[in-house]
Amino acid sequence: MNIKNKLKQISSAGYFLISILIVYFFLFLFKQNLFFSSINFFYNIILKIIPVFILVFVLMTLTNFFITPKFVIKHLKEKGIKKWFFVIVGGILSSGPIYMWYPLLADLKNKGLNYGLIACFLYNRGIKIPLIPLMIIYFSWKYIIILTIVIILVSIIQGILLNKLMEVKNENRSCV
Amino acid sequence: MKNNTLKQSAFKAIKGLWKAFPMILGTILLISLISTLIPKSFYTKVFSKNIILDSFVGSLVGSISAGNPVTSYIFGGEMLTQGVSLLAVTAFLVAWVTVGLIQLPAESAILGKRFALLRNFSAFIFAIIVAIITVLILGVL
Repeated sequence: MNIKNKLKQISSAGYFLISILIVYFFLFLFKQNLFFSSINFFYNIILKIIPVFILVFVLMTLTNFFITPKFVIKHLKEKGIKKWFFVIVGGILSSGPIYMWYPLLADLKNKGLNYGLIACFLYNRGIKIPLIPLMIIYFSWKYIIILTIVIILVSIIQGILLNKLMEVKNENRSCV
Repeated sequence: MKNNTLKQSAFKAIKGLWKAFPMILGTILLISLISTLIPKSFYTKVFSKNIILDSFVGSLVGSISAGNPVTSYIFGGEMLTQGVSLLAVTAFLVAWVTVGLIQLPAESAILGKRFALLRNFSAFIFAIIVAIITVLILGVL
Protein backbone atom coordinates (compact mmCIF):
# COMPACT_ATOMS: atom_id res chain seq x y z
CA MET A 1 0.00 0.00 0.00
CA ASN A 2 2.83 2.35 0.94
CA ILE A 3 4.68 1.63 -2.28
CA LYS A 4 1.45 2.27 -4.22
CA ASN A 5 1.04 5.66 -2.55
CA LYS A 6 4.67 6.55 -3.18
CA LEU A 7 4.31 5.59 -6.87
CA LYS A 8 1.23 7.82 -7.11
CA GLN A 9 3.29 10.75 -5.81
CA ILE A 10 5.79 10.46 -8.68
CA SER A 11 4.95 12.94 -11.43
CA SER A 12 4.93 12.10 -15.13
CA ALA A 13 8.25 14.01 -15.37
CA GLY A 14 9.61 11.72 -12.63
CA TYR A 15 8.57 8.63 -14.60
CA PHE A 16 10.20 10.14 -17.70
CA LEU A 17 13.50 10.61 -15.85
CA ILE A 18 13.33 7.09 -14.34
CA SER A 19 12.75 5.50 -17.76
CA ILE A 20 15.69 7.40 -19.27
CA LEU A 21 17.89 6.32 -16.33
CA ILE A 22 16.85 2.69 -16.92
CA VAL A 23 17.89 3.02 -20.59
CA TYR A 24 21.26 4.39 -19.44
CA PHE A 25 21.63 1.53 -16.96
CA PHE A 26 21.19 -1.02 -19.76
CA LEU A 27 23.56 0.93 -21.98
CA PHE A 28 26.17 0.76 -19.22
CA LEU A 29 25.71 -3.03 -19.05
CA PHE A 30 25.64 -3.79 -22.77
CA LYS A 31 26.93 -0.80 -24.79
CA GLN A 32 29.57 0.92 -22.71
CA ASN A 33 30.98 2.94 -25.62
CA LEU A 34 27.61 4.53 -26.28
CA PHE A 35 27.04 5.04 -22.55
CA PHE A 36 30.31 6.94 -22.02
CA SER A 37 29.91 9.01 -25.21
CA SER A 38 26.41 10.04 -24.10
CA ILE A 39 27.59 10.83 -20.56
CA ASN A 40 30.37 12.97 -21.99
CA PHE A 41 27.85 14.86 -24.15
CA PHE A 42 25.58 15.24 -21.08
CA TYR A 43 28.47 16.57 -18.97
CA ASN A 44 29.29 19.23 -21.59
CA ILE A 45 25.68 20.47 -21.71
CA ILE A 46 25.46 20.59 -17.89
CA LEU A 47 28.71 22.60 -17.70
CA LYS A 48 27.28 25.03 -20.24
CA ILE A 49 23.94 25.64 -18.52
CA ILE A 50 24.63 25.49 -14.76
CA PRO A 51 26.01 29.06 -14.41
CA VAL A 52 23.04 30.38 -16.40
CA PHE A 53 20.58 28.74 -14.01
CA ILE A 54 21.87 30.96 -11.20
CA LEU A 55 20.93 34.02 -13.26
CA VAL A 56 17.59 32.45 -14.22
CA PHE A 57 16.89 31.87 -10.51
CA VAL A 58 17.63 35.54 -9.65
CA LEU A 59 15.40 36.81 -12.48
CA MET A 60 12.60 34.40 -11.52
CA THR A 61 12.79 35.60 -7.90
CA LEU A 62 12.57 39.24 -8.98
CA THR A 63 9.64 38.51 -11.31
CA ASN A 64 7.81 36.64 -8.54
CA PHE A 65 8.50 39.51 -6.14
CA PHE A 66 7.36 42.41 -8.32
CA ILE A 67 4.79 40.84 -10.67
CA THR A 68 1.92 39.40 -8.68
CA PRO A 69 -1.53 38.44 -10.13
CA LYS A 70 -2.89 41.47 -8.23
CA PHE A 71 -0.44 43.76 -10.09
CA VAL A 72 -1.40 42.29 -13.48
CA ILE A 73 -5.18 42.43 -12.82
CA LYS A 74 -4.92 46.06 -11.72
CA HIS A 75 -3.38 47.08 -15.05
CA LEU A 76 -5.62 44.88 -17.23
CA LYS A 77 -8.50 47.14 -16.26
CA GLU A 78 -7.16 49.99 -18.44
CA LYS A 79 -9.28 51.19 -21.37
CA GLY A 80 -8.82 51.44 -25.20
CA ILE A 81 -5.39 51.01 -26.79
CA LYS A 82 -3.83 51.22 -23.34
CA LYS A 83 -5.66 47.97 -22.50
CA TRP A 84 -3.86 46.13 -25.34
CA PHE A 85 -0.55 47.53 -24.15
CA PHE A 86 -1.09 46.35 -20.58
CA VAL A 87 -2.39 42.97 -21.76
CA ILE A 88 0.86 42.46 -23.71
CA VAL A 89 3.06 43.63 -20.81
CA GLY A 90 0.97 41.58 -18.36
CA GLY A 91 1.34 38.45 -20.49
CA ILE A 92 5.10 38.90 -20.79
CA LEU A 93 5.60 39.55 -17.08
CA SER A 94 3.17 36.95 -15.74
CA SER A 95 4.84 33.92 -14.24
CA GLY A 96 3.81 30.48 -12.99
CA PRO A 97 1.86 27.76 -14.78
CA ILE A 98 -0.64 28.87 -17.43
CA TYR A 99 -3.61 27.10 -15.78
CA MET A 100 -3.15 29.27 -12.69
CA TRP A 101 -4.25 32.26 -14.81
CA TYR A 102 -7.40 30.70 -16.31
CA PRO A 103 -9.72 31.44 -13.33
CA LEU A 104 -8.41 35.03 -13.10
CA LEU A 105 -8.91 35.57 -16.85
CA ALA A 106 -12.40 34.04 -16.68
CA ASP A 107 -13.21 36.45 -13.86
CA LEU A 108 -11.87 39.40 -15.89
CA LYS A 109 -13.89 38.19 -18.91
CA ASN A 110 -17.03 38.55 -16.80
CA LYS A 111 -15.88 42.07 -15.94
CA GLY A 112 -15.45 43.11 -19.60
CA LEU A 113 -12.13 41.71 -20.85
CA ASN A 114 -12.89 40.35 -24.34
CA TYR A 115 -11.70 37.04 -25.81
CA GLY A 116 -9.16 38.78 -28.05
CA LEU A 117 -7.42 40.38 -25.09
CA ILE A 118 -7.38 37.05 -23.23
CA ALA A 119 -5.82 35.34 -26.28
CA CYS A 120 -3.30 38.18 -26.57
CA PHE A 121 -2.37 37.84 -22.87
CA LEU A 122 -1.90 34.06 -23.20
CA TYR A 123 0.18 34.38 -26.39
CA ASN A 124 2.56 36.87 -24.78
CA ARG A 125 3.23 34.39 -22.01
CA GLY A 126 5.46 32.80 -24.67
CA ILE A 127 8.00 35.54 -23.99
CA LYS A 128 9.99 34.55 -20.91
CA ILE A 129 12.27 37.33 -19.72
CA PRO A 130 13.87 35.33 -16.84
CA LEU A 131 14.89 32.65 -19.36
CA ILE A 132 16.67 35.02 -21.76
CA PRO A 133 20.12 34.16 -20.27
CA LEU A 134 19.48 30.52 -21.19
CA MET A 135 18.36 31.46 -24.72
CA ILE A 136 21.55 33.50 -25.19
CA ILE A 137 23.62 30.31 -24.91
CA TYR A 138 22.02 28.91 -28.04
CA PHE A 139 20.65 31.90 -29.97
CA SER A 140 21.92 35.38 -30.79
CA TRP A 141 20.64 38.65 -29.27
CA LYS A 142 19.43 39.67 -32.74
CA TYR A 143 17.35 36.48 -32.99
CA ILE A 144 15.82 36.95 -29.52
CA ILE A 145 14.87 40.59 -30.18
CA ILE A 146 13.32 39.81 -33.60
CA LEU A 147 11.44 36.78 -32.23
CA THR A 148 10.08 38.83 -29.30
CA ILE A 149 8.83 41.64 -31.58
CA VAL A 150 7.24 39.17 -34.02
CA ILE A 151 5.51 37.30 -31.15
CA ILE A 152 4.09 40.60 -29.80
CA LEU A 153 2.78 41.64 -33.25
CA VAL A 154 1.30 38.21 -33.93
CA SER A 155 -0.34 38.19 -30.48
CA ILE A 156 -2.29 41.33 -31.47
CA ILE A 157 -3.32 39.74 -34.80
CA GLN A 158 -4.42 36.59 -32.96
CA GLY A 159 -6.38 38.72 -30.48
CA ILE A 160 -8.23 40.59 -33.25
CA LEU A 161 -8.87 37.32 -35.12
CA LEU A 162 -10.20 35.59 -32.00
CA ASN A 163 -12.48 38.56 -31.29
CA LYS A 164 -13.94 38.32 -34.80
CA LEU A 165 -14.38 34.54 -34.64
CA MET A 166 -16.03 34.66 -31.20
CA GLU A 167 -18.31 37.51 -32.38
CA VAL A 168 -19.50 35.34 -35.30
CA LYS A 169 -20.49 32.66 -32.81
CA ASN A 170 -22.38 35.15 -30.62
CA GLU A 171 -24.18 36.66 -33.65
CA ASN A 172 -25.23 33.18 -34.80
CA ARG A 173 -26.57 32.44 -31.34
CA SER A 174 -28.59 35.67 -31.21
CA CYS A 175 -30.06 34.88 -34.68
CA VAL A 176 -31.31 31.52 -33.41
CA MET B 1 -4.10 39.31 -1.67
CA LYS B 2 -0.99 39.25 0.48
CA ASN B 3 2.16 40.70 -1.11
CA ASN B 4 5.10 38.36 -1.69
CA THR B 5 8.22 38.84 0.41
CA LEU B 6 11.59 38.38 -1.27
CA LYS B 7 12.09 35.13 0.66
CA GLN B 8 8.73 33.78 -0.53
CA SER B 9 9.56 34.83 -4.09
CA ALA B 10 12.92 33.04 -3.95
CA PHE B 11 11.22 29.95 -2.52
CA LYS B 12 8.65 30.04 -5.34
CA ALA B 13 11.48 30.30 -7.90
CA ILE B 14 13.32 27.34 -6.33
CA LYS B 15 10.06 25.37 -6.25
CA GLY B 16 9.46 26.13 -9.94
CA LEU B 17 12.97 25.09 -10.95
CA TRP B 18 12.88 22.01 -8.70
CA LYS B 19 9.57 20.92 -10.25
CA ALA B 20 11.10 21.24 -13.71
CA PHE B 21 14.33 19.48 -12.62
CA PRO B 22 13.38 15.83 -13.50
CA MET B 23 12.14 16.92 -16.93
CA ILE B 24 15.25 19.05 -17.60
CA LEU B 25 17.61 16.28 -16.47
CA GLY B 26 15.68 13.61 -18.41
CA THR B 27 15.64 15.78 -21.52
CA ILE B 28 19.38 16.49 -21.38
CA LEU B 29 20.08 12.78 -20.92
CA LEU B 30 17.80 11.96 -23.86
CA ILE B 31 19.37 14.65 -26.07
CA SER B 32 22.83 13.31 -25.19
CA LEU B 33 21.80 9.80 -26.19
CA ILE B 34 20.05 10.90 -29.41
CA SER B 35 22.96 13.14 -30.40
CA THR B 36 25.42 10.28 -29.91
CA LEU B 37 23.23 7.75 -31.73
CA ILE B 38 21.99 9.81 -34.68
CA PRO B 39 24.50 11.43 -37.04
CA LYS B 40 24.09 15.12 -37.94
CA SER B 41 23.50 14.16 -41.58
CA PHE B 42 20.18 12.60 -40.57
CA TYR B 43 18.74 15.96 -39.46
CA THR B 44 19.95 17.76 -42.52
CA LYS B 45 18.13 15.13 -44.61
CA VAL B 46 14.87 15.32 -42.59
CA PHE B 47 14.86 19.11 -42.42
CA SER B 48 15.31 19.77 -46.09
CA LYS B 49 15.20 23.59 -45.75
CA ASN B 50 11.61 23.56 -47.03
CA ILE B 51 10.10 26.67 -45.37
CA ILE B 52 6.57 25.32 -44.86
CA LEU B 53 7.44 21.69 -44.09
CA ASP B 54 10.25 22.48 -41.61
CA SER B 55 8.15 24.98 -39.67
CA PHE B 56 5.10 22.68 -39.78
CA VAL B 57 7.09 19.77 -38.29
CA GLY B 58 8.60 22.10 -35.66
CA SER B 59 5.20 23.49 -34.69
CA LEU B 60 3.68 20.01 -34.55
CA VAL B 61 6.40 18.65 -32.24
CA GLY B 62 6.22 21.80 -30.06
CA SER B 63 2.43 21.53 -29.79
CA ILE B 64 2.39 17.97 -28.54
CA SER B 65 5.29 18.58 -26.14
CA ALA B 66 4.67 19.96 -22.69
CA GLY B 67 6.62 21.20 -19.71
CA ASN B 68 8.73 24.09 -18.52
CA PRO B 69 10.01 26.35 -21.34
CA VAL B 70 13.54 25.84 -19.91
CA THR B 71 13.39 22.34 -21.38
CA SER B 72 12.29 23.62 -24.79
CA TYR B 73 15.21 26.08 -25.00
CA ILE B 74 17.76 23.40 -24.14
CA PHE B 75 16.15 20.88 -26.50
CA GLY B 76 15.69 23.41 -29.33
CA GLY B 77 19.19 24.83 -28.89
CA GLU B 78 20.85 21.42 -28.91
CA MET B 79 18.83 20.34 -31.96
CA LEU B 80 20.04 23.48 -33.71
CA THR B 81 23.66 22.51 -33.06
CA GLN B 82 22.84 19.05 -34.46
CA GLY B 83 21.76 20.49 -37.81
CA VAL B 84 18.00 21.02 -37.40
CA SER B 85 16.96 24.17 -39.28
CA LEU B 86 16.36 27.43 -37.39
CA LEU B 87 12.86 27.53 -38.91
CA ALA B 88 11.89 24.21 -37.36
CA VAL B 89 13.49 25.12 -34.01
CA THR B 90 11.73 28.51 -33.91
CA ALA B 91 8.33 27.00 -34.71
CA PHE B 92 9.01 24.35 -32.07
CA LEU B 93 9.91 26.95 -29.38
CA VAL B 94 6.90 29.16 -30.14
CA ALA B 95 4.41 26.26 -30.30
CA TRP B 96 5.79 24.85 -27.02
CA VAL B 97 4.88 28.04 -25.11
CA THR B 98 1.73 29.10 -26.97
CA VAL B 99 -0.10 25.84 -27.74
CA GLY B 100 -1.34 23.94 -24.69
CA LEU B 101 -2.79 20.58 -25.67
CA ILE B 102 -2.27 19.21 -22.16
CA GLN B 103 -4.09 22.19 -20.62
CA LEU B 104 -6.83 22.15 -23.27
CA PRO B 105 -9.45 20.44 -21.04
CA ALA B 106 -8.86 22.99 -18.24
CA GLU B 107 -8.87 25.92 -20.67
CA SER B 108 -12.09 24.62 -22.28
CA ALA B 109 -13.82 24.19 -18.94
CA ILE B 110 -12.88 27.63 -17.62
CA LEU B 111 -12.73 29.87 -20.72
CA GLY B 112 -15.07 27.97 -23.07
CA LYS B 113 -14.59 25.09 -25.51
CA ARG B 114 -14.84 27.16 -28.71
CA PHE B 115 -12.39 29.77 -27.43
CA ALA B 116 -9.88 27.13 -26.26
CA LEU B 117 -10.02 25.22 -29.57
CA LEU B 118 -9.78 28.34 -31.72
CA ARG B 119 -6.97 29.81 -29.62
CA ASN B 120 -4.87 26.64 -29.67
CA PHE B 121 -5.44 25.94 -33.36
CA SER B 122 -4.60 29.52 -34.35
CA ALA B 123 -1.55 29.42 -32.04
CA PHE B 124 -0.36 26.31 -33.92
CA ILE B 125 -0.70 28.09 -37.29
CA PHE B 126 0.83 31.31 -35.91
CA ALA B 127 3.88 29.37 -34.63
CA ILE B 128 4.60 28.51 -38.28
CA ILE B 129 4.06 32.13 -39.36
CA VAL B 130 6.21 33.53 -36.50
CA ALA B 131 9.04 31.12 -37.42
CA ILE B 132 8.94 32.07 -41.11
CA ILE B 133 8.83 35.84 -40.44
CA THR B 134 11.58 35.68 -37.78
CA VAL B 135 13.97 33.66 -39.93
CA LEU B 136 13.26 35.81 -43.01
CA ILE B 137 13.94 39.05 -41.10
CA LEU B 138 17.06 37.51 -39.56
CA GLY B 139 18.26 36.59 -43.04
CA VAL B 140 17.66 40.11 -44.35
CA LEU B 141 19.33 41.94 -41.44
